[in-house]
Amino acid sequence: MDEQYEDINRELMLDGNAVAGLLQEVFGVEMTANPAECAHCGVVSDLGALWAFTQAPGAVLRCPACTSIVLRMVETPDAVYLDARGATYLRLERHAR
Amino acid sequence: MKRPIEWQIANVKAVKQETPRVKTFTLTLPDWLPHRAGQHYDVRLTAPDGYQAQRSYSIASEPERMGEIDLTVERLEDGEVSSYMHEVLARGDQIEVRGPIGGYFVWESMQGGPLLLVAGGSGVVPLMAMIRHRQRSGSDVPTRLLYSSRTPDDVIYFEELDELRAMDSGLEVIHTFTRRQPPGWKGYARRIDAQMLDEVIAPLGKMPRVFICGPTLLVESAANSLVEISVPTSQIRTERFGPSGA
Repeated sequence: MDEQYEDINRELMLDGNAVAGLLQEVFGVEMTANPAECAHCGVVSDLGALWAFTQAPGAVLRCPACTSIVLRMVETPDAVYLDARGATYLRLERHAR
Repeated sequence: MKRPIEWQIANVKAVKQETPRVKTFTLTLPDWLPHRAGQHYDVRLTAPDGYQAQRSYSIASEPERMGEIDLTVERLEDGEVSSYMHEVLARGDQIEVRGPIGGYFVWESMQGGPLLLVAGGSGVVPLMAMIRHRQRSGSDVPTRLLYSSRTPDDVIYFEELDELRAMDSGLEVIHTFTRRQPPGWKGYARRIDAQMLDEVIAPLGKMPRVFICGPTLLVESAANSLVEISVPTSQIRTERFGPSGA
């Protein structure tokens, strides 16, 4: 049962690329080639390489090494909520193209 | 690029049926920016009551083509946006888009190669942008495309790939057909696996840049197989499309 549930989830899984537009809207720069450190396991991944789940109302980005949640984003008509508790840091390139 | 990405209204210049389930939409953009091969555009539909649906579609065209882009879109049975595009959108219509978006799953000719491109179904689209860009920019990096389709009828860009391959000794296209093969087919007839990848990658050595795009389970399996045959994960970039269409 659990295994099947796990498989369904994995089939729906996308990459951080899938929320590149929303990330760029929030940060004002292209973000998928910028890295974040997972607060749980310490592995550093480009945001584009995080696992993305977008079926729920909102987007969840998980660490590909330990599957912990790194970022959560929810859009409302007036605002975007960003929960980054799962990241020790996000690195933004100063002169990103 | 510092400026925020804005939504703009694109004009549909042409619609081409690629396969029974796939169409290419050529869009002219009032605010066109050169993209990087592998990037995508977001497409947004707004209903009269304000309900919005949004999806991302990979750019199929090369950045050298100015002022317009091709988006190649597979029709998904329950796809709100892809169904609309396939059933309603026609030449002369307008549609709201923003982009180009993404900086992770991209390749520019100056990055060099060799290149191993692995596609499942419509996952070939961003890889086609890379192949077209490679050709238009005069790059000669050795490039191999391993392309998995269900049947020969499902192959997108079949003729163009064949022509490009014929005129370019640096480009190889290797098809695998998982459900039905052409008569007398001697090539691969199964899902992508470690042995197939090992054979396809051999002429490129163990350190090509690898881009894999397709349904999530295919991408997972291909990426894991490459790690099995000792390709470093740092060389592999993936783009998952979610569940496959059928």
